Amino acid sequence: MKMRNLLLSAAGFAAVVAGVMESKIAVADQFFPMLTYRTGAYAPNGIPVANGFRDYYDMLNKRDGGINGVKISWEECETKYDTKVGVECYEKMKKGATLFNPLSTGITYQLIPKASVDKIPILSMGYGQTAAADGRVFEWIFNFPTTYWSQASAFVKYVASEVGGMDKLNGVHLAHIYHNSAYSKEANPTLEALSEKYGFKLTLIAVDHPGQEQKAAWLQVRRARPDWIFMSGWGVMNQVAIKEAVTTGFPMDHFVGNWWSGSESDTVPAGDGAFGYKSSNLHGTGTDWPVIQDIIKYVYNGDMQAATENKVGDVLFNRGVVNAMFGTEAVRTAQGKYGNEVMSGEQVRWGLENLSITEAKLKGLGMEGFTKPFTVSCADHETGGPVIFQQWTGDGWKFVSDWITPIREVVRPMVEEAAAAYAKENKITPRSCN
Amino acid sequence: MFYREAGQFKTSYQKDQALFPIIQDRWFIALVLVVAFVVIPYFANEYWFQAVLIPLYIYAIAAIGLNLLTGYAGQVSLGTGAFMAIGAYATYKMCTAFPDLNILLIFVMSGVFSAGVGIVFGIPSLRIKGFYLAVATLAAQFFILWLFNKVGWFFNDNPSGTISAPPRELFGIMITGPNAHAMTRYYVCLMFLSVMALAAKNIVRGHIGRSWMAIRDMDIAAEIIGIEPLKTKLMAFALSSFYCGVAGALFIFCWLGGGDTEAFGIFLSFQILFMIIIGGLGSIMGSIMGAAFITLLPIFLTNVPPMIGLPIATDLSKHIEEIIFGGLIVFFLIVEPHGLARLWQIAKEKLRQWPFPY
Repeated sequence: MKMRNLLLSAAGFAAVVAGVMESKIAVADQFFPMLTYRTGAYAPNGIPVANGFRDYYDMLNKRDGGINGVKISWEECETKYDTKVGVECYEKMKKGATLFNPLSTGITYQLIPKASVDKIPILSMGYGQTAAADGRVFEWIFNFPTTYWSQASAFVKYVASEVGGMDKLNGVHLAHIYHNSAYSKEANPTLEALSEKYGFKLTLIAVDHPGQEQKAAWLQVRRARPDWIFMSGWGVMNQVAIKEAVTTGFPMDHFVGNWWSGSESDTVPAGDGAFGYKSSNLHGTGTDWPVIQDIIKYVYNGDMQAATENKVGDVLFNRGVVNAMFGTEAVRTAQGKYGNEVMSGEQVRWGLENLSITEAKLKGLGMEGFTKPFTVSCADHETGGPVIFQQWTGDGWKFVSDWITPIREVVRPMVEEAAAAYAKENKITPRSCN
Repeated sequence: MFYREAGQFKTSYQKDQALFPIIQDRWFIALVLVVAFVVIPYFANEYWFQAVLIPLYIYAIAAIGLNLLTGYAGQVSLGTGAFMAIGAYATYKMCTAFPDLNILLIFVMSGVFSAGVGIVFGIPSLRIKGFYLAVATLAAQFFILWLFNKVGWFFNDNPSGTISAPPRELFGIMITGPNAHAMTRYYVCLMFLSVMALAAKNIVRGHIGRSWMAIRDMDIAAEIIGIEPLKTKLMAFALSSFYCGVAGALFIFCWLGGGDTEAFGIFLSFQILFMIIIGGLGSIMGSIMGAAFITLLPIFLTNVPPMIGLPIATDLSKHIEEIIFGGLIVFFLIVEPHGLARLWQIAKEKLRQWPFPY
């Protein structure tokens, strides 16, 4: 009897396994796969981003009937921010995919070599491998509007503007607190190069994944007494760092996060202590934008409470919206050349490479002033777009700087050098962009 | 009826000592090999290779490695992830330093490196036992990963601290790198798994395996009957780390294509420990079954709701998946504390008496 049960259950299991696999999405739609993380240590940040993507696609479908009449479809795959699961998700969803937004630098690294083989472009907006900004080597990877390296240089410029000019940087002490993973180490080479150039002192302090325990790092801060702290954190690490900074008595207005370390989910849990905390950003915050209003109107039928529950208007929600917009605009650009139908990965790649976001286009999208215009080119997949700095006021973010252009003359040669090294290691012949 | 050894006479020592003395077992193994080498590649698509089979084989190699140490020699280790990392980083360093070296040879050599480090971290096992040894190997886990994260030489001073699989070919076929076909990588992993599982099977029934088991069951008695603890324990650490090292090399080079130390974190060590506990301590077959259980079940559970058309949100389904997964682990351990290998054994015994079990 027991034996029969065992055999039966084994047979049942095998039958179900055989039926599993392969995402099944109607090919008639423009399919956007979504790698999300709504669970795990990074969920507080993953949820608003994922909602931003989802709601923007949904809004386009409901308001415009898709992109030039082509319906958008999307599917989520939960990665838990785990690179291994991310790869599995990629394999599952790559069929008919428009482009991938890995939403994790670790996963981006895994997908970069696959992109050119599977002919699916990767848009790692402001994260991933900085060297991918060199489009001659990384034909399929895009990281516009700007990268970690550019951002780090913009941070240095911001500090300079606060202390009274680039020549005053000499002797200033900056610290970089970073998540000890591929993502946050990215900024280190730039900061080191800039430290040499401008003579500021630099201390690098690593925090191990997931960043719940940071006593050692902040002990180093206490000992080193930096004037400014730049933080590259993600997930729970951010709020813990802000709380630690409060305990340490570090002046909040000298504590600046990168654009992944400055959202409501980082500051709200830290309470009143977070008041004055700064971070960089690429786009507007809050709901006071026509595009966000359209989302509330079309997706939530004007239900403000549901919208708030879904984090509409949060920094990271708006990040998801901007990122989704870049993807859909790339499809629209490609449609301009190939006709108003479903675009393949190769066509979208062309669209990404010829993407030009102008003020007029932003206005049409309801994003005037929401983010800055830029133009992607064959050689430059980054564009070195400007960065803005914002400050937490207790119930929202306010901009405290102008849009700061990165120090391109330092960053770009480093990008090209890193890309050349990558090309050599992986035997890639850079294409010509003339 | 089907599984009965009556009438199979062993007329020579050679036959008596055969690896699989019963003819049905031989047929079964042959069948499994044919399925793995011929049938699966014929039917599987890239998703199956990349997301299911390749990781399964790699985890199985690592689980066999840990089972040699923990299941057979009785030395608990939590450093599996670190030993895998050594294999991966050694492969990366050799690959980039000697681009023309045979990649399969590099995989084997990286296992040797890992074995060397394994011996060093095995030395404490001569003095400390049980949970205390587990903590000592935990030190290996943290120290080695810290080293690989900290010292730029290990990842060729790459700004992001990651290592990636450079394209390498053998006889004109891409083995690693983005252009290597999933089926090629599948065959590489399968080949390593078959050879190493066979070797492990032979090691554990020979004098090495027997001395491990003697040490495991009672080390003082083992010493009295002439087994040297130093040699035996270090041998277990070396061989175990060798297996883990090769698995780690394949992990990055034939599966992920790149990664940093995060991929080899403490969670990986635990995962492999769970594999051998669920699969069955002291069983090669159990290591493979445990690896299959731990790697395939989450993937299976993730794919169930969309397959039967349940519109569950991804996050909810992930949470449900974790609950079911945890529940199943508890269930299997209650039903059979000796793991899946024991269930398999019971099934075979029942088959022997079938259709009239008593």
